[in-house]
Amino acid sequence: MIKVLSPGFFTSVQDEGRFGYGKFGVPTSGAMDRYSAKLANHILSNKDNDALLEITLGRCNLLFNSQAIISISGADFSPEINNQKVRLNTSIAIHQGDILTFNKPTYGVRCYLAVKGGFQTEVVLNSRSFYEGITRQNRVKKNDELAIKSYDFSLIKSVSSVKVQPSHFKCTTIEVYTGPEYNLLNDIQKEQFSKTLFTISKENSRMGYRLQEHIENDLGSLLTSAVLPGTVQLTPSGKLIILMRDCQVTGGYPRILQLTESSINNLAQKTTGDTFTFKIVPLN
Amino acid sequence: MKSYNLTYKQYGERAILINWPSKIEENILKDIINYKNKIVNYNIKSIVEVINTYNSLTIIYTTTIDNIYSEISNLKSIYKKPTINKHDQNYCWDVPVCYDQEFGFDLQEISDVNGIPIDEIIELHTGSIYRVFFIGFLPGFLYLGGLPKRLHLKRRSTPRLMVEKGSVGIGGTQTGVYSMQSAGGWNIIGKSPVSFFDLSKEKPCFAKAGDKIKFVPISINEFKKIQVEVAINFYKLRNQVIND
Repeated sequence: MIKVLSPGFFTSVQDEGRFGYGKFGVPTSGAMDRYSAKLANHILSNKDNDALLEITLGRCNLLFNSQAIISISGADFSPEINNQKVRLNTSIAIHQGDILTFNKPTYGVRCYLAVKGGFQTEVVLNSRSFYEGITRQNRVKKNDELAIKSYDFSLIKSVSSVKVQPSHFKCTTIEVYTGPEYNLLNDIQKEQFSKTLFTISKENSRMGYRLQEHIENDLGSLLTSAVLPGTVQLTPSGKLIILMRDCQVTGGYPRILQLTESSINNLAQKTTGDTFTFKIVPLN
Repeated sequence: MKSYNLTYKQYGERAILINWPSKIEENILKDIINYKNKIVNYNIKSIVEVINTYNSLTIIYTTTIDNIYSEISNLKSIYKKPTINKHDQNYCWDVPVCYDQEFGFDLQEISDVNGIPIDEIIELHTGSIYRVFFIGFLPGFLYLGGLPKRLHLKRRSTPRLMVEKGSVGIGGTQTGVYSMQSAGGWNIIGKSPVSFFDLSKEKPCFAKAGDKIKFVPISINEFKKIQVEVAINFYKLRNQVIND
């Protein structure tokens, strides 16, 4: 069991997501940065779909009431165990009573705490991913107790750490494919999309990122159609919204671009004020 | 049955979008659902989800699509196969709605602005039978077709931050029931005590694309009675098999 001493800015349990329930209007959800989540699970030889804790912007304190083996990947919040610095991307032994602290971000926005065997929180519609209205809670709160499996840390085989490319966090290019309605744009709009340095506004969450810049737009709305995580929508006001993992299954705005799977992971490590350009890459 | 000229597009690494003409029509919906049933019936392991809307099907694959041309030609050949008769039956559901102004708090304003007496708004809303086109926006939120023209009403200029679960609204040419508490810009005309998304059920949504909905007016007392019955899992929605 892990007791939450302080949850930080926004912390939730996530796995790979909820698949096959879009016909009921249920979003996919799942770890925002799948690459880092997968890495944290791999280090512990967990399954890819094992649930982990997604910690946004640090400042989170956790008390372990049982021994465990953990790994931390993604953003660097200078994690400490009982005030001793620990490394990212490696297996770490946890004794009963240890306190794990995440401090303020050094780089990145979301970090993943994996425990050997995965978090054992409730499964709803085949997934443990938190989502408002589906799971009992949408975020971890102070004093919550999160079930984990107890593991004997003498089982740790290797303590080598995996190196992650800094570009995963620092890249300023977001790779995209053209979206279903890209061809409705005129040449000026297309140029605006490829040349503008875009800025993430303060309205960014697991559902989507709104961008600050404005694109001339006379397209209006479409008949409501399916949308996916990573879809870039052009709203009637000319503002762009990039949908993220918790996005609704349908939307009515033109779908101009579609982020590559790896760009969704890159964007998940960016937040308010960060800037980037889009780079269109060919499909296949 | 009419066969449509469809367009196929790859949508990101893992999805294919199939578009019908950009119209809200029952014949188009029927063709979409037929196609969807055929695809689902093939039980293709690499397909994780098939989502329909008014004029599209989106087919989502488990991993990156390796060969888009062969995938699309595979789908095209499925479109030409005969319709499957053995699929889920469609129903028309009687959905109780209380139009008391305690719940339908925009009724008075709509009536004043549009010059339609409240009684007539309720009569029009309950007099029509609505087709379920798809579920989206919120878990369990039904997109319905068939709202009478007289009830096509502009959305509220400022959306409400919180609309309660069960609220029945009109927004533009559409009507629907908020299946969960949510922000929303529709005009609220009533409330249903029925759950449109219930995780305790094997199928969390009772209705599906192709079904029909009829709103049945109830009093506040009936609302309260049904609310209790729903809470103890005793309430059973009335339905009829439809063959069309």
